[in-house]
Amino acid sequence: MGGHTSPEDIKKETRTYLLVFAALAVATVITVTVSYLDLNRAQAITVALFIATIKGGLVAAFFMHLLSEEKFIYSVLVLTLVVFIALFVLPIGTFADAVGEHFVMEGVEHGESEAH
Amino acid sequence: MEIPYTVEARPDTGLYNAKMGVWLFLASEVMLFGALFSSYIILRTGNPDWVQHPMNVPLATLNTMILISSSVTVIMSWVSLRLNNFARFRMYLAGTLVLAGGFMVVKGIEYSQEFSQGLFPWSDNYMGIYFTLTGLHGLHVLGGMVVFGYLLGPGAKMWKTAPEQYVNRIECVGLYWHFVDLVWIFLFPSLYLL
Repeated sequence: MGGHTSPEDIKKETRTYLLVFAALAVATVITVTVSYLDLNRAQAITVALFIATIKGGLVAAFFMHLLSEEKFIYSVLVLTLVVFIALFVLPIGTFADAVGEHFVMEGVEHGESEAH
Repeated sequence: MEIPYTVEARPDTGLYNAKMGVWLFLASEVMLFGALFSSYIILRTGNPDWVQHPMNVPLATLNTMILISSSVTVIMSWVSLRLNNFARFRMYLAGTLVLAGGFMVVKGIEYSQEFSQGLFPWSDNYMGIYFTLTGLHGLHVLGGMVVFGYLLGPGAKMWKTAPEQYVNRIECVGLYWHFVDLVWIFLFPSLYLL
């Protein structure tokens, strides 16, 4: 970006920024409204994070100019994304791993297994 | 010794150095907040007795609107500077500073409400991660305010001596500020609405 664009182009950019602002404001209202609906936990998490991802995408694409950036920045961000995903998948996967946990077969503790 | 590539792009990266630096810094910030979000998920899914305190959603919504507005004002300040309109630039950047201050005031009201209800960082896991995440984010807002203050005050002299470099500085602080906004966009539903 920088000072190589014409004043007309900059004015066009300004209109885009204002449209993005309007979209972010509307998306915020939708997020709050949806939170008051009677959704189950999975639906609520899906909808809220979906809208947040769209909002975050708008900020990154237009305000942070990621739609038209240098390759170097994309390389940094791809590496960041890979490590970011690992940051979630590794600890959560380890936590969810049931191997090695104490396991009790259903009914055995109550002596019901012999009845079957 | 003159610092190279403060205005012109480095041939290998295609970026002026400060912009490359700020993006590397933001990448490290993604890791910092990512680790805390990951901790939040583990704490929450791993605790069958998770206590979710009702938070002040209207105040948090107001803060979301304030932060989104400040993202627009900071980018408009950069646009104004590129159009050589220094007076309008100052107005927008001062507006950003005021909005950032407004965010901190609203956050302070929220914290005082929570303290008065006996909710502290050590109360339970939810309050612990809530204060850690929002507190760290608040520190980022404060950091942004310090830089805005500098660029509006003593740092503004650069507009006369090295205007292109000054425009680049505003772009870099803008990138940081949009990241602070982006983090809040995910913090808001995660901590207040779910």
